[in-house]
Amino acid sequence: MTSPTTRAESTRPRSLLTRPDPALLVLEDGTVLRGSAYGARGARMGEVVFATGMTGYQETLSDPSYVGQIVVQTAPHIGNTGATSQDMESRKVWVRGYAVRDASRIHSSWRAEQSLDELLESEDVVGIADIDTRMLTRRLRESGTMRGGVFSGDALTASEEELVERVREQPPMHGASFFDEVTIAQPVVLEPEGEPIGTVAALDLGIKGATPRRMTERGLRVHLLPASTPLEDLLAIAPDAVFFSNGPGDPAAADPQVELLRGALDAGLPFFGICLGNQLLGRALGFSTYKLKYGHRGINQPVLDRETGKVEITSQNHGFALDVPLQGESTAPHGDGRYGRVVVSHVGLNDDVVEGIRCLDIPAYSVQYHPEAASGPHDASYLFDRLVDMVRSRRAQATGKES
Amino acid sequence: MPRRTDLTSVLVIGSGPIVIGQAAEFDYSGTQACRVLREEGLRVILVNSNPATIMTDPDIADATYIEPIDPDIIRSIIAAERPDAILPTLGGQTALNAAVALSERGTLEEFGVEMIGASLESIQKAEDRQLFKEVVDRVGGESARSRICHSTADLLSAAEELGYPIVVRPSFTMGGLGSGMAYDEAELLRIGGDGLHYSPTTEVLLEESILGWKEFELELMRDRNDNCVVVCSIENVDAVGVHTGDSLTVAPALTLSDVETQILRDLGMGIIREVGVDTGGCNVQFAIHPETGRIVVIEMNPRVSRSSALASKATGFPIAKLAARLAIGYTLDEIRNDITGTTPASFEPALDYVVVKTPRFAFEKFPVADPTLTTTMKSVGEAMALGRNFTEALGKAQRSLDVKGAVLDYAGTPPAATEVAALIDACRTPTDMRLVAIQRVLWAAAEGQVEPAETIERLMEATGIDRWFLDQMLLVAEIAAEVRTSKVLDAQLLALAKRHGLSDDQIGRLRGQHGDVIKGVREALGINPVYKTVDTCAAEFASATPYHYSSYDQETEIEPRERPAVLILGSGPNRIGQGIEFDYSCVHAALALGNRDLPGGGYETVMINCNPETVSTDYDIADRLYFEPLTFEDVVEVYEAELAAGPVAGIIVQLGGQTPLSLARHLEEAGLPVIGTSPSAIDAAEDRGHFGAVLADANLPAPPYGTAWGLADATEVAAAVGYPVLVRPSYVLGGRGMEIVYDEPGLIDYVGRNLPDGGRAEAPILIDRFLDTAIEIDVDALYDGTDLYIGGIMEHIEEAGIHSGDSACTLPPVALSDAMIERIRESTLGIAEGVGVRGLLNVQYALAQGILYVLEANPRASRTVPFVAKATGVHLAQAAALVMAGSTVAELRDGGVLPAEGDGADLPDDFPIAVKEAVLPFKRFRTREGRAVDSVLGPEMRSTGEVMGLDATFPLAFAKSQLAIAGQGLPTSGSVFVSVADSDKRSVVLPVARLAALGFEILTTEGTGKVLRRSGIPCRSLRKASQPGDGASVIDLIESGDVDLVLNTPSGSDARADGYAIRAAATSMDVPMITTLQEFSAAVQAIEALPEEPFAVTSLQDHTRRLKDTRSGLPA
Repeated sequence: MTSPTTRAESTRPRSLLTRPDPALLVLEDGTVLRGSAYGARGARMGEVVFATGMTGYQETLSDPSYVGQIVVQTAPHIGNTGATSQDMESRKVWVRGYAVRDASRIHSSWRAEQSLDELLESEDVVGIADIDTRMLTRRLRESGTMRGGVFSGDALTASEEELVERVREQPPMHGASFFDEVTIAQPVVLEPEGEPIGTVAALDLGIKGATPRRMTERGLRVHLLPASTPLEDLLAIAPDAVFFSNGPGDPAAADPQVELLRGALDAGLPFFGICLGNQLLGRALGFSTYKLKYGHRGINQPVLDRETGKVEITSQNHGFALDVPLQGESTAPHGDGRYGRVVVSHVGLNDDVVEGIRCLDIPAYSVQYHPEAASGPHDASYLFDRLVDMVRSRRAQATGKES
Repeated sequence: MPRRTDLTSVLVIGSGPIVIGQAAEFDYSGTQACRVLREEGLRVILVNSNPATIMTDPDIADATYIEPIDPDIIRSIIAAERPDAILPTLGGQTALNAAVALSERGTLEEFGVEMIGASLESIQKAEDRQLFKEVVDRVGGESARSRICHSTADLLSAAEELGYPIVVRPSFTMGGLGSGMAYDEAELLRIGGDGLHYSPTTEVLLEESILGWKEFELELMRDRNDNCVVVCSIENVDAVGVHTGDSLTVAPALTLSDVETQILRDLGMGIIREVGVDTGGCNVQFAIHPETGRIVVIEMNPRVSRSSALASKATGFPIAKLAARLAIGYTLDEIRNDITGTTPASFEPALDYVVVKTPRFAFEKFPVADPTLTTTMKSVGEAMALGRNFTEALGKAQRSLDVKGAVLDYAGTPPAATEVAALIDACRTPTDMRLVAIQRVLWAAAEGQVEPAETIERLMEATGIDRWFLDQMLLVAEIAAEVRTSKVLDAQLLALAKRHGLSDDQIGRLRGQHGDVIKGVREALGINPVYKTVDTCAAEFASATPYHYSSYDQETEIEPRERPAVLILGSGPNRIGQGIEFDYSCVHAALALGNRDLPGGGYETVMINCNPETVSTDYDIADRLYFEPLTFEDVVEVYEAELAAGPVAGIIVQLGGQTPLSLARHLEEAGLPVIGTSPSAIDAAEDRGHFGAVLADANLPAPPYGTAWGLADATEVAAAVGYPVLVRPSYVLGGRGMEIVYDEPGLIDYVGRNLPDGGRAEAPILIDRFLDTAIEIDVDALYDGTDLYIGGIMEHIEEAGIHSGDSACTLPPVALSDAMIERIRESTLGIAEGVGVRGLLNVQYALAQGILYVLEANPRASRTVPFVAKATGVHLAQAAALVMAGSTVAELRDGGVLPAEGDGADLPDDFPIAVKEAVLPFKRFRTREGRAVDSVLGPEMRSTGEVMGLDATFPLAFAKSQLAIAGQGLPTSGSVFVSVADSDKRSVVLPVARLAALGFEILTTEGTGKVLRRSGIPCRSLRKASQPGDGASVIDLIESGDVDLVLNTPSGSDARADGYAIRAAATSMDVPMITTLQEFSAAVQAIEALPEEPFAVTSLQDHTRRLKDTRSGLPA
């Protein structure tokens, strides 16, 4: 977390009685919602998305997948438990603009270190409160995700028409890439807890803090690598498995990473991917991706594990999805089918979206959702156990070959 | 996995009568379950002794047994119906206990019946303290730490480890005897020392106290494929120490971060798996230390509960319905989410609103009861409200309670600093009025009398209520202060006040204006609520179910409609005198008016209610559901919203009891189309002068009466009317403050207590001649302006003077002549005509010396409508709703809603007898000194629920009703203790002689004994507790369990103390006790008639069929 703000009045409840600073939320379709300024003042534009988690606002704010977006929280009260460095899922807050209904005046939690207000202000997030977030959500649901902006302070000198115009001038999410912004600058090695089992090369496309924790606590050494890592550098680590993280932007704009992944697969390395990592595995295999109307963002999404027939409640945050035939086995189209057969291993039960794929002929699998949770349920943590299994069998194989 | 094909029939066990802690929520869950099972093509057999429920309607199950929930009786039902399975998880603890008994006795095995939804082992794991502790341990959770001690030294060393305060629980003592909380070593030595002494094994359990910790609950579901979801998290605003049923609660939890939420979720899922709830729901309760975050698991219920009903209404996720489907083999992912219609049920609801549940207490009915809230539930009902923030939901919930003073009016001046200190101190003890005290403290803070931030911390320290909630209440107080002091009430301030839950009336009081004026201003400024939808998914998917709540927000979601609508006002929170019986009528109104196939049906039905326990607030019942407070403001807003959506044909206020009825006049004045009996006719029945004129016109006698304004004229009026008199303040409902006074000193005493200065009353005191040996008769009838249909005539078992809700009654009447029944019919018709009834009418008569007096008439649904419907096999409430909407009795007879011929007054002579008996909550309450409260019946109603006994003769039906209320029923042998008032001594001889002849040992007091011995009845006289002497006193004998039945009729004040002690002891020991001679006679008849074999059982369907056959001339 960055340094706490020293705002003099920070301990005083945010008063709703003195007329609050106004703020506007503007959508590209011309919708204008009037509310109160929250967090930093200014203008922020981006793709407006809604997230339905009733807990975990801080994890959402610090999830790099949200970079470039304005997040609408459907939960009615935000900020109740304040903010704590323990709940940061990355080094900073990535959300550009933040829309809530009731922003908490005070926070109450034994875990809290500061208020959410303070965090938003110090992280320069322009927010808006006291708007009908349900109306906004319904609009996004019906029309699909839109570009929009949150404006407060000096930004309000412009007319509403001008603000709508500014929003419409923004680039769309299609084709957008944010890796430079979110990825780490230099490789980092995270040591495992207990006896090391093996090594994972994890490509940071906007990784959340919980993901490498789930690996290190299972005895995996994690080499966290920048998004632009060349294949040679990756192979130089001699990993037992490769992992691609979640991340922002359009998977169709991630060609170098797709190439990197193909290189790793060609080298026979086992692979596990989460979220964007799932989409990139799909692309590496030769499938395409598409943009969902309004995405999946919440911590209550039911996913069927087709292998066990069991349903897991998952944490999700994705605006794009993978286009793989739902039924039966398909041959991965890329490279004349050299990656063999693929099945859809996990399906979203709300709308039949592909939520996970598994290769049958090479050791590679991925899921669209977030088994690392944070925020959200822990139902899918078994997927990290599968990674461990994959690493173990890879090492067993290697030992077998050596002996 | 699809539904199991090996099941074709299921026995569902209901929860029996409404008692504190087990109320209407089990009608809601049971009804859902039965409907679902039938939809799945299963034959559903139901047993439930409570006739007031929807679930015991003959069209909900295939075979409905309104019989006592007793292992012998259920065995008879199983033998007759041979179900494949028994589903015990939807009828509360009662059903679970019954299933355990059936399983342990081998009945299930004997008939090859499978227990579904739970297993004996899982029930035991959840309910046995030690086994559950082990479960918690295995899933990595923590229980409150405890140590078993056998000596003083043990106590001290354990205390060192556990810290103070410390809970002391002696082992194996009756009713928690010797338990207590020790705050220091001296107290520990005293309480713990006593505990070692009381315990037969010299054993005391010391447990660390979690009092004051934050309390949370999770509602979970699991299917046979091990899919598990958390339906809802609930946070108790009141800290640990107040029963969750008595606590203000909120959903979702609002003061937990995701990290903590997921720990609770993991623990909850671990527990449901480890306990082994394989298909169905459960709830798990947690305590969290506010400073350290330490989590302790408190308990779990392996069944559908009150909280799951609340969670279902709060989220739109129908737990009971799903539990039923899971029990027959489905998995969560195979079931659609009803609300969206497109997504599966294997998900966790996301809420974009806040739900507040607030308890409804009835301490006014038990003035000597200690109102301190503890871990024993004392509330009798609850209201729920939804808002887009906590403050809005809280304001709506509090005004939903329909309790004067529950909504703070911020009138007068805010408390000064000195008063604040006293108030905060008083807040340390949780009571039903603590929230008001807290709000007053915060008002003082908002008005600058004390420092706000510091005050919040002091309140949090005193109450354990999280500062977040206190700050929200402070916010409301700050807005109230601003409204009070602001020069002008501009649009922005008014909108802010509405957004945080202040009602027009509250704002009006703050501004010194009537609420209607504020409403006018608000509407002129265009500030109206919008209606949002409970959709389970925070708007992620479109909702197909119009389940709405109001909020001051921007966008409304009410869909336009074409069919004309009828709005039905429900009855609000359950309370003594206004309970599930009224919900029953409202549900039937919705079912009938929405049914195109019935004469006069085919409307779009719109339900407005705020009680989460009920069937009426199931989104499946009416076409549209508005979960809203039943106040003028909230009802008018719904009406306006519905009027904007399409035509509104009418609004029904006469079925939900006093709450909606009291709005009738105001609604009509505001231009709302109240249908059925007009508000002015309703007033006419309530107005003494007007009603007197109606009676005079119809030539009907009423007991002499008068009104007085003070002591002087009270004695005069009473003398003129003649003692004994029934006195009451004129403004009360449900018998509040009503007493029978036998002489002038008694009257002076009454006036002294009710008018403290002996001065003038604010409203007149009503004084009626009390007909002390009269037979009381209750009639429910239906009138369309031309034809009268008598639903039923009920003869009370107790004589007049006991509130009709508390007295037992029989239908058909057993002691009324045909001529008298004809007289009753004529009188009822005269009243119906005179008042101008269109719909239901309830009349109470008293029959004395051959004269039929009219006591009162209420042109609305009564408490007995469901009982009458069950006993006579007629959907009286449905017929009433159709008449209110314009249909006629003749049309309803033609259309099959009412019988083609005859009515409830001319039942065949050999028709089975239905006895209704009241269930009383005395055992729940303790005086401040820790004694049981007195259980004498009187003109003030205090029962919480009722049962029905149905059998061929009155004695058998009465015996069944006694078995249904008490569990053990009437004794067939043993000893009977008899002590009666002087006026009863002559009449008691005959029934006691019969008991003696049956072999009972007769125990008496000296006075009663003298009378009995002179009549040749052998009996043993016992010492009263107040009399000195050796040998066991009456109380000793009752407390040692050596008395099987107690008859004690209350008499004058000198014997009162002893009588009270006897009744208190019997209440505490669960000994069947009778306090009126008439009921005693009935009991003796019943004991004589008790069969050797278990009772015969009859399904309601057979009962109804038989009645129809008799009427149509077929042999019965």
